[in-house]
Amino acid sequence: MSAAISRSTRASTIAGFAALIIVAALIGSPWWGDVATERLIGEFMVYLALASLWNLLAGYTGLVSVGQQAFVGFGAYVAFTLALLYGWNPLYAVPVAGVATALISIPVARLVFRLAGAYFAIGTWVVAEVFRLVFAQVTTLGGGSGESLPINTIKLIGVTKFWREATIYWLALALGIAALALVYGLLRSRIGLALTAIRDNETASVSLGVRISHVKYAVYVLVAGVTGMVGALILLQKIRVSPDAAFSVNDWTAFVIFIVVIGGIGTIEGPIVGTLVYFLLRGFLADLGGIYLLILGALAIAIMLTAPKGIWGYVQKRYRLYLFPTGYRVTETE
Amino acid sequence: MEWVNAIIQGVLVGGLYALFAAGLSLIFGVMRLVNIAHGDLIVAAAYLAWVIIQVTGLHPLASLILVLPIAALVGYFLQFALFNRVLGKDILPPLLVSFGLSVIIQNGLLAAFTVNSHRLQAGALETASFEILPGVGIGFLPLLTFAAAVGVIAGLHWIFYHTALGRAFRATSDDTEIAALMGLDNKKVYSWAMALCLAIVALAGVLLAIRSNFDPFMGPGRLIFGFEAVIIGGLGNLWGTLVGGVILGVAQGLGAEIDPGWQVLAGHVAFLLVLAFRPRGLFPRISG
Repeated sequence: MSAAISRSTRASTIAGFAALIIVAALIGSPWWGDVATERLIGEFMVYLALASLWNLLAGYTGLVSVGQQAFVGFGAYVAFTLALLYGWNPLYAVPVAGVATALISIPVARLVFRLAGAYFAIGTWVVAEVFRLVFAQVTTLGGGSGESLPINTIKLIGVTKFWREATIYWLALALGIAALALVYGLLRSRIGLALTAIRDNETASVSLGVRISHVKYAVYVLVAGVTGMVGALILLQKIRVSPDAAFSVNDWTAFVIFIVVIGGIGTIEGPIVGTLVYFLLRGFLADLGGIYLLILGALAIAIMLTAPKGIWGYVQKRYRLYLFPTGYRVTETE
Repeated sequence: MEWVNAIIQGVLVGGLYALFAAGLSLIFGVMRLVNIAHGDLIVAAAYLAWVIIQVTGLHPLASLILVLPIAALVGYFLQFALFNRVLGKDILPPLLVSFGLSVIIQNGLLAAFTVNSHRLQAGALETASFEILPGVGIGFLPLLTFAAAVGVIAGLHWIFYHTALGRAFRATSDDTEIAALMGLDNKKVYSWAMALCLAIVALAGVLLAIRSNFDPFMGPGRLIFGFEAVIIGGLGNLWGTLVGGVILGVAQGLGAEIDPGWQVLAGHVAFLLVLAFRPRGLFPRISG
């Protein structure tokens, strides 16, 4: 009898195949689904991406930001500027928005990283408010009331409505999966090892040579960049931008936090489960308006009090189920 | 003269911001908790006062006789039933619980009172003022608010350094484990701190609601102003917090004088400048 070291589990292999089939089916959605389904899945992907990214920040790096709407809105406005003032195809503006957002996040990080712990959270919120108030002053971009993308730039995305809808949908799908893959890949890399060490014990990891501030910095900027691309995608989905919507703390941070907390913070599967629960709840409770948010907040608090690792944390503990394994395990072989 | 007026009014508004900040500072000092729902609790206290005034017909300032003890009681039980269960080494659970609470309060107020804004009617107090220079008047209400801020901070100082409760606050703040070994019930100390915090919050809420209209969603803005005052003044320094509030108020007043759209922005910029050049605030307490 000997032992083998492996990363994959039987559950993860099955999950991998299932994921491939689901992705293949989703890619074909423009042909088998209607526009409403397409838009719903597109929105699902936006929240999946934002939740995975926020989870990477808060769940693994300990950077609890309540100001990610700063980067969503900034990405949207960069893409909007390129399309409105320079006549760019909004699709090409998406990666540029990502790079620009990553760049702006560097000075932001230099400022907010001076605030420790929980004060960091409110500091990021102040930065988002500054962005919102500044863009509200720019009259060429619609000022406080916002502006729509002009028809001729929208037509650059695709000649027919079918192709426009499909292209925006595929972009959403690509960004959702890319965000998930990025988090998974990062956590399996050396950085992931450092992040896990920081999460488990910051002091011990410093003494073992983990350069915490470098890792935190890098993750913050990377997350900001991808968040900016998601912001540009949201602009394409909504065709319209305004400071209050683009920098909305409810839409781009509160919902995202609730998704991650309910699904399971600090697990890769958590944001997927959380996004599913969020969309299911919204389907049933959307008519209730504000009460719906109230229920979501109460649910998140109840989960923090009873099962702080969320739904997936519970599943993991109870059934030892890992769909996206990041650690190594020893198995016996005959 | 317009600029002098802007500065003087800014100083007085700073008193209100210091009141927002004092409770935040107290809670952070005693239990290292940053309560994201702090601003929403200020607004909730304003609604409580509004309801009490509707029922009893009291003057807003007289309504404090009821609002303060009710708020303190709410604070005690909020800490007892909610925050004490998640406080620990990890800052994430209390932060997220307070975030959830913030969303619950906002949407609860929305459901109960609609999105329409309200205001507490205080009769002559709203407009009474005296002129100190030609064109520069000082309102009684802003002056009263500033005096209240000075009183609250002086009171907190007295509690911290001259009472048994203050000794307990300082002991748990320095080392929770040793404090517990010496026979202190930390959770009870925390609950008292939150009760005191909510009494200050209630005072701030009522003064805010006499001064301007309020609606269910103005909490986060008040939280941010209070937070900025704390950081500008320097963590752990209560009188610094008052100066922080004044600097914030003056920055906003000057910003508004240039362009009404810059009022809030100018305050944020002042905060970011302090963060960039004096990251520990202007008057940090000597012992970290």
